Amino acid sequence: MVAVTLFGSIRAHADGQAQVEVQATTFKELLDRLVEQYPGMRPQIDRGVSVAIDGLVYKEAWFAPIKPESEVVLLPYMQGG
Amino acid sequence: MDTGTKARVFKQVGTRPARPDGVDKVTGRAMYGADMVAPGMLTGRILRSPHAHAQIVSIDTSAAEAMPGVKAVVTGKDLIAQDNDFMRDIQENVLAMGKALYDGHAVAAVAAVDAATAKAALKAITVTYKQLPHVTDVDAAMKADAPIVQAGRSLETVPKGMSANVTNQCEFGHGDLATGFAKADLVLERSFTTAATHQGYIEPHACLVSATADGKADIWCCTQGHYNVRAVCAALSGMEGSQIRVTASEIGGGFGGKTAVFIEPVALALSRKSGRPVKIVMTRDEVFKATGPTVTTSMDVKIGMTKAGRITAGQAILRYSGGAFPTGTVEMGASAAFAAYDLDAVHTLGWNVLTNRPKEAAYRAPGAPQAIYAVESVVDELCQQLNLDPLDVRLKNAAKKGTLSSYGPTFDDIGLVATLEAAKKHPHYSAPLGKNQGRGLSAGFWFNFGGNTSVSMTVNTDGTVSVAEGNPDIGGSRASISLMAAEELGIGYDKIRTIIADTASLGHNDITDGSRVTFSVGLATIHAARDVIKKMCHRAARMWGIDDDAVEWKDGAAVPAGDNAGKFPPMPLAEIAASSHQTGGPLAGHHEFTADGAGVSFGVHLCDVEVDPETGMTTVLRYTVFQDAGKAVHPDYVEGQMQGGAVQGIGWALNEEYIYGADGRLQNAGFLDYRVPVASDLPKIDTVILEIPNPGHPYGVRGVGETPIVPPLAALSNAMSHAIGKRLHSLPMSPPRILKVLSEG
Repeated sequence: MVAVTLFGSIRAHADGQAQVEVQATTFKELLDRLVEQYPGMRPQIDRGVSVAIDGLVYKEAWFAPIKPESEVVLLPYMQGG
Repeated sequence: MDTGTKARVFKQVGTRPARPDGVDKVTGRAMYGADMVAPGMLTGRILRSPHAHAQIVSIDTSAAEAMPGVKAVVTGKDLIAQDNDFMRDIQENVLAMGKALYDGHAVAAVAAVDAATAKAALKAITVTYKQLPHVTDVDAAMKADAPIVQAGRSLETVPKGMSANVTNQCEFGHGDLATGFAKADLVLERSFTTAATHQGYIEPHACLVSATADGKADIWCCTQGHYNVRAVCAALSGMEGSQIRVTASEIGGGFGGKTAVFIEPVALALSRKSGRPVKIVMTRDEVFKATGPTVTTSMDVKIGMTKAGRITAGQAILRYSGGAFPTGTVEMGASAAFAAYDLDAVHTLGWNVLTNRPKEAAYRAPGAPQAIYAVESVVDELCQQLNLDPLDVRLKNAAKKGTLSSYGPTFDDIGLVATLEAAKKHPHYSAPLGKNQGRGLSAGFWFNFGGNTSVSMTVNTDGTVSVAEGNPDIGGSRASISLMAAEELGIGYDKIRTIIADTASLGHNDITDGSRVTFSVGLATIHAARDVIKKMCHRAARMWGIDDDAVEWKDGAAVPAGDNAGKFPPMPLAEIAASSHQTGGPLAGHHEFTADGAGVSFGVHLCDVEVDPETGMTTVLRYTVFQDAGKAVHPDYVEGQMQGGAVQGIGWALNEEYIYGADGRLQNAGFLDYRVPVASDLPKIDTVILEIPNPGHPYGVRGVGETPIVPPLAALSNAMSHAIGKRLHSLPMSPPRILKVLSEG
């Protein structure tokens, strides 16, 4: 299981929890499990999210590996100029 | 990932060779978007709404179409209707459908044999409008009785009961604010506003599109992302991407503003309809009215601090408007607001709000300068009231490795403390000041990103190397990429030429944004070099008759790997290249990937100003930028980014603003009335590059292009507060506003 920290505005779809646990070994699995466990997150995840794994921000890399002890933070889809 | 950055001694990276585009640009040879021509080319012009908000009742183009010399007229109905919000917003911004949402919104376009005919044809188009109430102020747009810019655009994140103009809500943070504020000796709560500003690139948007009768199209344009231009044009025209080839011209400034697509789909529609090449070049008026300035903001910030200078809690409420279409920039501002601080209790809440303004486009670190301006202003005022040194306070509270950031992740190696310490030691910080003068400082932050990247590298038979990358060079990337290729291959910089390939010649590349190119394309270049090095070692092994494993690459040559491999003299790249046609054919390396691991970047700016109490004019006396570049690949360009960001931030702080009249129309759509700083307004911007390696890159590279626009807003405001003894809470701090504050006694 991986502990996933949620940014504030998506917590409402996880019963207000700041952190949830899912079974995932990659970014893609993480998104799939979140949608399964918390269907209310689907609109945000479909629009796009980023994930910080051990401090590195991934925007699209589905197969980015997640270890059980990794720090995982879900973030909005991030963009620059 | 290769590591060992700290131990590595670079031979090419970190040097300052002459820029490869310099001669072309100073001799006028460089081909910008407007320089492209084609036989039989038509002039395209766009008709724009004169109203801030209006129903488009009808558009009659018959008179224009009947005019001699007019070859095509298009409206929004000529574009393919999009079925998702993101693409529909692009489509309806390119050519309005149903409603004109801001002054300057495109409603129709013509292609004619010359500019005069095209201009006359625009006048012959009859658009019947029904004017609607408008709103251009972000706070007014959030009120219950505000005119609704677009209905039904609120995401599920927006609480019920808010104005329909509120399209998104975001929240970040951790800890218990109430407990944090209770620990403070002083809590300040202040409100701020910032005006929308434009990137101010000198080159207007321009494109030439040539569509053929058999379903192909070539597009030449100035853009930060030609693959994105292709994707948008394909979607809005119904053409297949493979049939559209986009070539990026030299670019006369972008700064984020050329990440968006405005005119290319229109020119494509006109070219397909007329059967002739069509060129569109925006006027400066159009650039201001109808491209993408920054968000306009209204913000509340509350921070608590102990007498010893420890920040106990921080809270920010951000109201951003990105114009008439939903944008997510407030998420970036809310994420970045407190990123420079190690806080036990922090919370940010942001809303995006629709107004009758042009759709916002990115501008260097979009969303961060505004939020950090507000936070850094309150931190400075707390220091003033508690009689604390502002640099010591920032050092005391600085985020560092292991800090739980305000937006969620824990920081790895970062350079904030190093930049703060460098600023404190610098002579600028202790230099004396005179009457009406003040010194300000601010920290700044940007995330930096990676993204999808392709690079191809060819070893030519004469021993030179060609590198093809797919990101328009907006800040010196061709030089940086050549330097990294030279470093990895072990050959001279002058043996390498890097070009920007068109969309048909190289795999996909994300837009040049997010300070991603030197990091991502550089990383792909290193991998492409290693790919071709492996092939060259194989060729050498075959020629020597030994195993591939017995050959390694050293100082630009294949060499036997140890005594057991045999006694052979080094075989240089040029020698391997010269025989390549006899040893297996052309030599090339390539790499395609999604780059991740871009390290965050921090900067600290010091600024001295003098304010003339008679006129309210502010003179910037001295300015120093300190920034962590990870590893400065080409220090001239890094310094240029730091200086350029500071200059743009100075303009944002002191003068630049979109001014709307009561009629909702833009009042200052030109450089005479929209005043950007010019060389004579400014001192030399001094720079200090710190190099705290990014662990996510083999050379330690971090993006540098966006961070330097973040600190100037607060640095100027803080300096101003010391110079005049009062604090302004709105940007820009233009002379009339300063005089007003001074007159209030």
